[in-house]
Amino acid sequence: MLRLFAAFLLICSLMAPALAQEAAPNPRAETGGAQTLEDIMRRQSAQQVDETFRSSVTGDPDAAAPTTAPLGTRGGQSDPDLWRALRYDTADVRTQTRGPAAKTLIQDGGMWWLRFREGPLLTYGAALLGITLVLLALFYLIRGRIRIDGEKTGRTITRFTSVERFGHWLLASSFLILGVTGLISLFGRKVLIPAFGHDAFSTVAIATKWIHNNISWAFMLALVIIFVFWIVHNLPDKTDLKWLAQGGGIFGGGHPPAKKFNAGQKLIFWSTIVLGTSISVSGIALLFPFEFNLFGATFSTLNDWGVPGWVGQDALPHPLAPQEEMQYSQLWHAIASFVLLSIILAHIYIGSVGMEGAFDAMGSGEVEEQWAREHHSLWVDEVKNAEKNQSRET
Amino acid sequence: MKAFLCAMIALVVIAFGANQILLNSGFSAQDTTASPSNVRLHD
Ligand code: HEM
Repeated sequence: MLRLFAAFLLICSLMAPALAQEAAPNPRAETGGAQTLEDIMRRQSAQQVDETFRSSVTGDPDAAAPTTAPLGTRGGQSDPDLWRALRYDTADVRTQTRGPAAKTLIQDGGMWWLRFREGPLLTYGAALLGITLVLLALFYLIRGRIRIDGEKTGRTITRFTSVERFGHWLLASSFLILGVTGLISLFGRKVLIPAFGHDAFSTVAIATKWIHNNISWAFMLALVIIFVFWIVHNLPDKTDLKWLAQGGGIFGGGHPPAKKFNAGQKLIFWSTIVLGTSISVSGIALLFPFEFNLFGATFSTLNDWGVPGWVGQDALPHPLAPQEEMQYSQLWHAIASFVLLSIILAHIYIGSVGMEGAFDAMGSGEVEEQWAREHHSLWVDEVKNAEKNQSRET
Repeated sequence: MKAFLCAMIALVVIAFGANQILLNSGFSAQDTTASPSNVRLHD
């Protein structure tokens, strides 16, 4: 009896998959396996659609009748099979064009990129810069120019050598030119062409493209110069915590002690280095199209680490079509530039109109001793001690 | 001021220099999306 019951259980368990199959009928039976109205609706409301029902239907050359046989199709693929294979990038494409991206004939992701580039990227980018300018103007109205509190001494201390100032001004001038010409390129089709017409913009675009492409090298060189000269002064230490805790003394007066660079300046330095390098690398990828594929490899590594899951996202797309590599480079280049531009606007403000005595550091390289005591007290002590030691030695 | 002027001069020199190097490097972004040399457009 027990044996009979066991046999019954076994048969039931073997039947279970078959029953389950019957329970879930093919959701696309109605259309003979093609996409249904529901698929289209899901896609239109930007929901996930599992595309395998059609991406995998690309013909089966192995099982096909030979072309010489009646009804034999070319390579065992019907026209729709072939178009699906092209669309999902599984077709074996051979072309006369030797370009790296020539074999991707249909690229769905391009639409997403195009819409993002001419929509949210422009709006949020412009908003970020606009809000930064408004906040700086408000800050100026509320706080006013940060004056030198104490009596000026008339003595000066050397703050930056001429090489350092050369590096800074090479960086500053190239970055600002790159910023303006980059924005002109980005806002061309959506804003400038409608405003000024194709002919006028064409001339401007040719010039800005030349300038943007060729000035980038000066920016990269300058980035290396300031990195080499200033990294020792920008390593984080304990004084930074105290400085940050007091908000740099910006409101409520008082001057928290700081070495050559205070914590705020260190943040500016590292933003410039990290974002500047990132902008340079993605810029080089844009300058030499399809030569450097940065994003596919990065996405695959991030997926392996499970990073998208940490923020509740699906895995990042991989592998990427060559065009997609370029599209991600473009977005990254533009977004990082917007962020750095907004940070640098604040930097320019505080280095010029925002603070009395600051500009001299980059102007002549000599700063008023009282300014230095107020903003970089520990650095002044260091300089004075070094001077004393030197005179003792001599 | 001198450091700034030097930076301006360096900027211009580097830009034209880089352009010359790029032009002579044999790399063409246009060739990555078009291969007119593989198509006979004229007789
Ligand atoms: C054109 C307008 C600019 C002005 C008036 C300006 C002014 C200054 C001044 C006065 C300093 C020295 C601050 C001190 O003595 O402690 C400085 C430092 C610095 N500048 Fe600029 N700058 C400008 C543009 C830029 C740009 C475009 C960048 C980067 C892309 C940049 C990056 C830096 C960095 C990394 C430092 C060192 C860290 C710091 O002091 O915040 N500057 N700048």
